[in-house]
Amino acid sequence: MNLRRRYLRDRLMVALVYLGTLLVLLPLLFILGYVFVKGIGALNWDFFTKPPAPPGEPGGGMLPAIVGTFVIDLMALAMGGLLGLGGGVLMAEYPEHPLNRPLRLVANVLGGIPAILMGLFAFVFVVVPMGGFSAFSGSVALAILMIPIIMRATEEVLRILPWELREAGLALGLPRWRVTLSLILPAAKGGIVTGLLLALARAAGEAAPLLFTAFGNPFISFDPLGPMDSLPLKIYVYAISPYEEWIRQAWGAALLLALLLMVTNFLARRALRRS
Amino acid sequence: MRDKIYGQLGDRVFTAGLVLLGLAVMLIAGLMAWELGAGGWEAFRSFGFWGFVRGSAWNAVAEQFGAWPFLLGTLITSAAALALAFLPALAAAIAVAEYAPRWLAEAVAYLIDLLAALPSVVYGLWGIFVLVPLVRDHLEQPLFLWSAEHAPALMGVLGPPTGIGMLSAVLVLALMIVPYASSLARDAIRLVPRAQREAMYALGATRWEVVRRVVLPYARGGIFAGVILALARAIGETMAVTMLIGNSGQLPYSVFGPAATMASVIANEFAEAEGGLQLSSLLAVGFLLMLLSLAVNLVADFILRRMSVGEGRK
Amino acid sequence: MEPLRMETQNLTVYYGKNAGVKNVSLPVHDRKITALIGPSGCGKTTFLRALNRMHDLNPIVRIEGRVLLDGEDVYAAGVDPVVIRRRVGMVFQRPTPFPTMSIFENVVAGLRLVGVKDRERLAEVAERSLKAAALWDEVKDRLNEPAVGLSGGQQQRISIARALAVEPEVLLMDEPTSALDPISTQAIEDLLTDLKDQVTIVIVTHNMQQAARVSDRTAFFLNGDMIEYGPTERLFTNPADERTEAYITGRFG
Repeated sequence: MNLRRRYLRDRLMVALVYLGTLLVLLPLLFILGYVFVKGIGALNWDFFTKPPAPPGEPGGGMLPAIVGTFVIDLMALAMGGLLGLGGGVLMAEYPEHPLNRPLRLVANVLGGIPAILMGLFAFVFVVVPMGGFSAFSGSVALAILMIPIIMRATEEVLRILPWELREAGLALGLPRWRVTLSLILPAAKGGIVTGLLLALARAAGEAAPLLFTAFGNPFISFDPLGPMDSLPLKIYVYAISPYEEWIRQAWGAALLLALLLMVTNFLARRALRRS
Repeated sequence: MRDKIYGQLGDRVFTAGLVLLGLAVMLIAGLMAWELGAGGWEAFRSFGFWGFVRGSAWNAVAEQFGAWPFLLGTLITSAAALALAFLPALAAAIAVAEYAPRWLAEAVAYLIDLLAALPSVVYGLWGIFVLVPLVRDHLEQPLFLWSAEHAPALMGVLGPPTGIGMLSAVLVLALMIVPYASSLARDAIRLVPRAQREAMYALGATRWEVVRRVVLPYARGGIFAGVILALARAIGETMAVTMLIGNSGQLPYSVFGPAATMASVIANEFAEAEGGLQLSSLLAVGFLLMLLSLAVNLVADFILRRMSVGEGRK
Repeated sequence: MEPLRMETQNLTVYYGKNAGVKNVSLPVHDRKITALIGPSGCGKTTFLRALNRMHDLNPIVRIEGRVLLDGEDVYAAGVDPVVIRRRVGMVFQRPTPFPTMSIFENVVAGLRLVGVKDRERLAEVAERSLKAAALWDEVKDRLNEPAVGLSGGQQQRISIARALAVEPEVLLMDEPTSALDPISTQAIEDLLTDLKDQVTIVIVTHNMQQAARVSDRTAFFLNGDMIEYGPTERLFTNPADERTEAYITGRFG
């Protein structure tokens, strides 16, 4: 095989690699662009301030879904954050604890389970006993989705901190729990916030776990025990509806959701860089 | 004395709190498996475990339920999506980690991460209104007409060219898992030590030869594990598939025709399931989906352990 | 006058704006061992990597001056770095066996690149190279086992055998024994003396005793400058520059 043929193959592979990259990026950029163009037309004052109009009628907006998204996701973050942080701190700061091995296994398993099953579980475990669809049950489903992400992120950032930091604290006579709370967690703040935000972004885009938990609600609701709407849910319902006005708003909601997730991801990256 | 209480008691309370939280996480996972299994118990009892898994009838009126069409639909769509996505994803990973200059690599990597974060419903929305008409008018109908004229035997295999069905679902699934698979492959390639590349360059290798003979073999564990994880993603992907696949639990499947996956049948039927047996059967499908995801994730883990070399080992 | 195999003329290597090697002109005599010594960070490794264009892989590095191989500038327009690296081989500080390849495949990796498929020829080259690297007797019965299973010293000799297998004219060695134990170091030093008849060697070392033991000529680097160059014995017994003297008597570095 002479040098010219080897170079020919080298060039060919460069071309193929870049071609493959284009094949990946072009359709995806096209989707992004399409969502932007179609969505921007649907975003107006009514979209952000009004509840939906009756089916088939023009006008109306997304206010209940926007409010619901924040309510459901923040409740989920509170629950998922507490459990995820607890597990992550336990795994990183008490490496000798016997619970760690099974806990890590469980975190990995949970991380690999499809989101829709979180919804099924929340239905059986929360909706049925409580007698009806509720925002709270949706938050439970999303919280379970967040737990493994937060746990892994927390463990990772805590592991990066040098052991000397802990030893320095212990040498001052501080008990271990003070060292963790006053030295370690503040030092890892940026990374932990990143983990929380990434988990939030991941859960906020999910519609599947909310289908039979939060269920959806055309009216503005702040009642965690009643059904509530959310943007991903609304996009799904509107997308498969026969009404032109709803479909138009589905594009608007898709754009709004994509922008919210981008902002969240951006903030997550910035928090990581700050720390 | 006060210090001792502050220290020892504090430590004990704090650790107990953490352990409680950890136990709660494990309890949730255990409960999840238990509730899905118990919820599906009635279906498993009525049809037998293997009878339910292999049963190909799904009929709410006749109260006949079997998961086979959905299991098959899940496996076919996700495997096909992965087959389509694999090479482009690998190419993008090589471009970012090996070929592109820094600024371009960072831009592409950022874009890919961005696209991985786009929600499933948004892909589904785009699929319904852009992909489906495109596929129907420019791929399915010409192919169908051609086969009607030249190879009538193919028509059954192709199925109705309506745009809604397996082909569209596979295409969108492929688009959705490409960014994920690519970023995992990219991470694996970035773990290859520079010394390995330099050693091959020093033997007089071209850039492609370094990639082909050193980088890819070294990163193979991470790349294959990434592929399997992408497969797991595709298996559990719900919304976009539900919106595009046509949701028909009928065997046999055709290339263009409607089908259903385990996730899509749950999303589609659960809210309006009538009667205990249908509900139980859907929970049983959920239980099987959980087992399948678990198995696929275990395989990925195994591959990562067995095929990794050097520092890539975890 | 002994013939030259390589020569640098006013070689300067920039990392961004900083010069890591400044205006160095050094002859490399054919089939002799040239040692480059100096404290760490003095530019000796940077200089070495300029000789076979390894810096091409790093976009921020810029080269000025000339590097002649058999009288021709390796940085001249139209010269292919792939060809240069084949003629000027390299062994690195840490052993770099390819972990997915067997011992045999590691040694013949360079021949595989140019498409040699003949089993007999490959086996012959592998045996010759492993013998030249003084490793044949230790591995001849397990050529198909993974190379990463060997000890550090054996792995480094695999790297040397791999470099020798493509029959380079010059072999560059970047502190080849710094990661090894004394016994493996001894084995590789013995090997260098034996290799001298076949190949021209340039070795970077921060171990002065090693330079004194194995090399014919030595160059002393400090802060990117080549302070002094001459026959090894003369340089170590009667250095011309006081900085060289300070270094070899252990007063700094």
